[in-house]
Amino acid sequence: MKTPEELKYTKSHEWIRIDGDSAEIGLTDYAQSELGDLVFVNLPEEGDAVTAGKTFADVESVKTVSDVFSPVTAVVAEVNSELADAPEKINEDPYGAWLVKVSGITGTEELMSAAEYEAFVASEKAEH
Amino acid sequence: MTRWRIIAALSVCCRAGHTTDPETGKGNCMDKKTPLYETHVAAGGKIVPFAGWLLPVQYGTGVIAEHMAVRRACGLFDVSHMGELTLKGPDATANLNRILTNDYTKMDDGRARYSPMCNGQGGCVDDLIVYKKGDNDYFIVVNAANTDKDFAWFLAHLQGDAVCENVSEQYGQIALQGPKAADILARIADASTFPKKYYTAVFDGIVAGIPCIISRTGYTGEFGYEFYCAAGDAVALWDALLKAGKGDGLIPCGLGARDTLRLEAAMPLYGHEMDDTVSPLETGLDFAVKLEKPDFIGKAAMTSVLPPARERVGLRVTGRGIAREEQDVILNGEKIGHTTSGTFAPFLGYPVAMALVRKGAVKTGGKVTVSIRGREVEAEVTELPFYKAARH
Repeated sequence: MKTPEELKYTKSHEWIRIDGDSAEIGLTDYAQSELGDLVFVNLPEEGDAVTAGKTFADVESVKTVSDVFSPVTAVVAEVNSELADAPEKINEDPYGAWLVKVSGITGTEELMSAAEYEAFVASEKAEH
Repeated sequence: MTRWRIIAALSVCCRAGHTTDPETGKGNCMDKKTPLYETHVAAGGKIVPFAGWLLPVQYGTGVIAEHMAVRRACGLFDVSHMGELTLKGPDATANLNRILTNDYTKMDDGRARYSPMCNGQGGCVDDLIVYKKGDNDYFIVVNAANTDKDFAWFLAHLQGDAVCENVSEQYGQIALQGPKAADILARIADASTFPKKYYTAVFDGIVAGIPCIISRTGYTGEFGYEFYCAAGDAVALWDALLKAGKGDGLIPCGLGARDTLRLEAAMPLYGHEMDDTVSPLETGLDFAVKLEKPDFIGKAAMTSVLPPARERVGLRVTGRGIAREEQDVILNGEKIGHTTSGTFAPFLGYPVAMALVRKGAVKTGGKVTVSIRGREVEAEVTELPFYKAARH
């Protein structure tokens, strides 16, 4: 499982790459591996408001449906439209395949460092 | 707690067996392990509770790769969770004809015949396969989650001189499915002993030195075999088959691929396309319902509503989304039925679903919408099956 140092993570397995009051948001390596082969993504539109801790997108693999939760309160500045026809890019490159770019961040969910997230995943695996 | 949830066929365990906590997706201590459980864990299988059993939903290769292996080469499935019953005695055949909807009067030894088993209201108790070993000597394979219910049903409805036994614990069952199946099997068994026709079986087969029933059946829409062996031989048989097929692209496959394969082939699944409240005529299983038989359980109820009120249709999702089970099917603003199974079909490359709708409401080529978690998504009515294998 890859967990890049420079990113922040949520307990619902999203990553966020924050740059000032803007950010990219995606799904972690652990999330894509647990979900399996992704075959569909349903993304918001440019200009939509997203709220920290609330769902803003959903992704589907062959056998699972999952909501995607926003780590921050902000506005969608750009949507990765490439994923509509190629959701498998999330499996292939989870930290390259961002879902949305947001701007105007006004609030955040509880975010974890890479080390904290790795420990969190380990504890979640032990529960199973 | 993880926020994603496993859906579709896997949820059958929630309805049929109550063995899964719907919040956590975790099984309870009643979940059983097949003889191959440790083998699956060692091979990286992702274990989930299903129909009261702990089975791999997929291996490391993933559902799509496993699905494609079966269509293009070969896949190996542990289906030991399936239940096995025997029915013997002078009145065995008469009982089958009264308890099941299909006709077992004329049947050669070594034949297999599919049938729904109905309740008095014409709904399905289960669907199953009956093998004829000899006169009044039958081997019956039933759905895992229904094994105890079916056994009780047989015991409650047997008449005359016939004995039914539940022998599920004694057997392991393995399916070898795909166009390379015969070539692979021929490396570890004598090809002259293989069952030649679809839905026939050889009861004294030997594969890699292991005695087993070799059956030309399967649940993938592809050419293949199913083997029934002693539970204690299942690991050895599994290992021998995997080794024999290594050069042909044979890989182990989980429940996920089993479901997408059967769905692409439009094979009905109990608890989805049929249940206690759905008649086999509504599901389109007319070929296995012999209304000309003098009587069988459920016949009166079925013949009182002819034609049936509903029918099973195929849908190809043309809008953006994947239809799953239990979603409303809508025509001109009116609900005409619901989806019974739905997924992204890996070989076809688009989402498909089966639905139970008001009979005559739609025709092939017609447009409907499916209500997918609050969104109306367009779909087109298509012929079933969605996928048909080339003649082998």
